[in-house]
Amino acid sequence: MSLTISRAFVDAIVAQSRAEYPDECCGAILGPAGSGTPTRLLPMINAAHSPTFYEFDPKDLLALYREVDDNDEEIVVIYHSHTETEAYPSRTDIAYAGEPGAHYVLVSSRKEIAPAIEFRSYRIIDGVVTEEEVSITE
Amino acid sequence: MSIEVRIPTILRPFTKDQKAVVATGATLTALITDLDQQYPGIGDRLLENGALRRFINIYINDEDVRFLGSLEAPIKDGDSVTILPAVAGG
Repeated sequence: MSLTISRAFVDAIVAQSRAEYPDECCGAILGPAGSGTPTRLLPMINAAHSPTFYEFDPKDLLALYREVDDNDEEIVVIYHSHTETEAYPSRTDIAYAGEPGAHYVLVSSRKEIAPAIEFRSYRIIDGVVTEEEVSITE
Repeated sequence: MSIEVRIPTILRPFTKDQKAVVATGATLTALITDLDQQYPGIGDRLLENGALRRFINIYINDEDVRFLGSLEAPIKDGDSVTILPAVAGG
């Protein structure tokens, strides 16, 4: 299991996490259905506007799934940032993870590692977290 | 009266992998009761202590049921219902 993702998407997610700091940022990357390849980045508004929680706005969520259906796409990546903790799924991340087919990407810009950024990817299925390798393509 | 209900991936184990099913009910409560009779166990994934679970979103056509009366939301013939788990975490 691994995630292959372009440098441009990694940079965009990191930039979004910095722009929305101290709140968590979030979004999704879509790809053609069945491909598992992330091709279209969709930053989402964090409706929780919180440094410790994120939630896609319910109206945006419906629009997102409609787009996915209309364009014959799938949600390949669901990402969000942690601002003060490790880029590892929290208890709530695990409890609410509802897309067994998605890569759950976490970025962390916590002070201890600054100016470095952690960018890690996981599968979260039935409450079980499995970290996977991230290959970044230039 | 038959209502198309779109089922998210995570609940498809209940519906034998069907993406959309047909159910009946004049309110969301009645619809969920019917769904649970057809697909036992699915009701528990939508409700908690008799209320809609906080991190489950249900839409009637394009509107979040929380703005339509939640479980009392009226449903009429030809409406389409979509269930989506919230994308959320900490």
